[in-house]
Amino acid sequence: MLRAEASPEGLTLWLEGPWHAPTAAAAEAALAGVELSAARSMTLQVNVSGPLDLAAGSLLRAFEQRCVAAGLAVTWQPQRPAALLIVDRYSPAAGAVVRGEIDRPQIAASRLTRWCVAPADRLGRRLLHAFNGGREGLVLLGRVVSVLGRGLLQPQRLRGISVARHLYETGVQAIPIVALIAFLIAVIVAYIGAQQLRNFGGEIYVVDLVTLSVLRELGVLLTAIIVAGRSGSAFAAEIGAMKLNEEVDALEAMGLDPVEVLVLPRVLALVIALPLLTVIADFMGLAGGAVLSWSLVDIPFNQYLVRMDDSIASTTFWAGVVKAPVFACLIAVIGTLRGLQVRGSSRELGRLTTVAVVQGIFMIILVDALFAVLFLEIDF
Amino acid sequence: MSGLLVNPPVITARGIVNRFGTQLVHDGVDLDVYPGEVFGIVGGSGSGKSVLLRTLLGLQWPRAGEVWIDGQPVVVEGDKQAITPRAVKQRYGVTFQHGALFSSLTVRQNVEVPMLEHLGLSAEARERLAELRLRLVGLDSEAGAKYPAQLSGGMVKRAALARALALDPPLLFLDEPTSGLDPIAASGFDTLLLELQQQLGLTVVMITHDLDTLFRTCNRLGVLVERKMVSGTVEEILANPHPWIQEYFGGPRGRAALAGSGRPALMARSGESSNGP
Repeated sequence: MLRAEASPEGLTLWLEGPWHAPTAAAAEAALAGVELSAARSMTLQVNVSGPLDLAAGSLLRAFEQRCVAAGLAVTWQPQRPAALLIVDRYSPAAGAVVRGEIDRPQIAASRLTRWCVAPADRLGRRLLHAFNGGREGLVLLGRVVSVLGRGLLQPQRLRGISVARHLYETGVQAIPIVALIAFLIAVIVAYIGAQQLRNFGGEIYVVDLVTLSVLRELGVLLTAIIVAGRSGSAFAAEIGAMKLNEEVDALEAMGLDPVEVLVLPRVLALVIALPLLTVIADFMGLAGGAVLSWSLVDIPFNQYLVRMDDSIASTTFWAGVVKAPVFACLIAVIGTLRGLQVRGSSRELGRLTTVAVVQGIFMIILVDALFAVLFLEIDF
Repeated sequence: MSGLLVNPPVITARGIVNRFGTQLVHDGVDLDVYPGEVFGIVGGSGSGKSVLLRTLLGLQWPRAGEVWIDGQPVVVEGDKQAITPRAVKQRYGVTFQHGALFSSLTVRQNVEVPMLEHLGLSAEARERLAELRLRLVGLDSEAGAKYPAQLSGGMVKRAALARALALDPPLLFLDEPTSGLDPIAASGFDTLLLELQQQLGLTVVMITHDLDTLFRTCNRLGVLVERKMVSGTVEEILANPHPWIQEYFGGPRGRAALAGSGRPALMARSGESSNGP
């Protein structure tokens, strides 16, 4: 590939064999290994097989410049390869900035800045960011409500087909996983409860434990978390991909309101689907409790039903289900909002889909805590 | 043209059949691309030009047919998926219709991706080479630091070409490289392509609807009509009596482009390339 020959006149390099991109790494190493300090002139004998391409040309030109910088006269035999002429033409002028990045002045941070000001700055930015996120969510919710109001006057604006599709995807298709998880969690609660209550000889209270926890909290909470993971991410990813493909812009340019076309059907579908899923989860949870009570604590099903009936108030079931539409709004609004915020790159799409799920689950749990306090205060 | 035809073809496709559901797109397409030529693929919208290109690249698996690139089989009848060896993939560069730049990388990083994978150069040499490619297609350092989402449509085309050229491939596949470019940029692209093609001895397979580009750069054309390919020199295709071909090239746009290209010059250029290697 590279053969060096030193003579009193100077150094002669024979370029032989293929000089192209696949051998560029070897060529670079060979050129870097040429010792220039002893030579006075440099002759390059070009005797390559196959075309000398731009990768090789770029390496040779850099080498040529190195020779010139070292004060050597460079001669090409038989002639300077054509690829180098192209490289010459398209290389930046000497001294021009090659890297396009902006040099940011590095301010030496004092200890005070590093330990006190910077964390406060970060915290402030985070808070503002979170505040803005919340405000944007409220703005979108407001637009959904106003579009819904318009839709109630003109029902064709509610896009029944779209709602039905989302109802199927977010509701019907979620039934198996919601049912299975509710059943298993109730079994776990009953199992742990039975073990503890056995110490007091009060195994029968397993029924109360399962009934109350499933109906008031677990049924709706688990369903909402599963749906946030399933559908919140789907909303964000679907709308985000539409954003990247300029489909949302196309809607807007056609005079269609993306909130009406994309957001409202999803919100409506989830507001309908989540309470129904919660009912299924409640039922499966109670069934799980009954099965475990029967197999482990020997409570027959009819006794379980009687005990269950005694333990619940008329409001217990509703205290769970009433939260479902609120959670549904949270999931749908956060998912679609994050989807609409996607711009630029596929990385943003992934990031905002993650944000949609994490924030959805966080908000569900936060609002659930607020409900708990509220229900305690009003004795619901 | 005889001079070109003496060498064995770089790409050979035989009996390509592609079908989507009940829609038969290709029914026995044959294709030969010879080294050092610019081969233009022409056809109506929906005639399967991009599908053919994807078939050659091994991205679309045909119902029947075989493809060889550089004498190596890349699509073998009876196999279930592409077997294009890495060494063959290093020998070609591809630009996709919509650029297909990696949106999470800057333009410069996009150009560096194939180099990082295949060349093993030092970071400094790689950056210099990436910069060279960008300048070659008319982008500056500032554009190199941008993300694809920040670029105009024309710049995306150029960046995609820079990435396709990253490994100095002897074979280039271009899917509508000048669509969406302004006439000056498109003409500049033609000049650049011809220059690169002549200086580096590239073989180019190009899908294009741009008749100016077609007449200026292509030695031979392959026209997809009635699910088969009619190929020949530009002169042969222009003389083909098939009504669709006559309408395509004989329409007002075709005539204008032909007049603009200068038919004698076209003849002279194809005569010139027959004296080539």
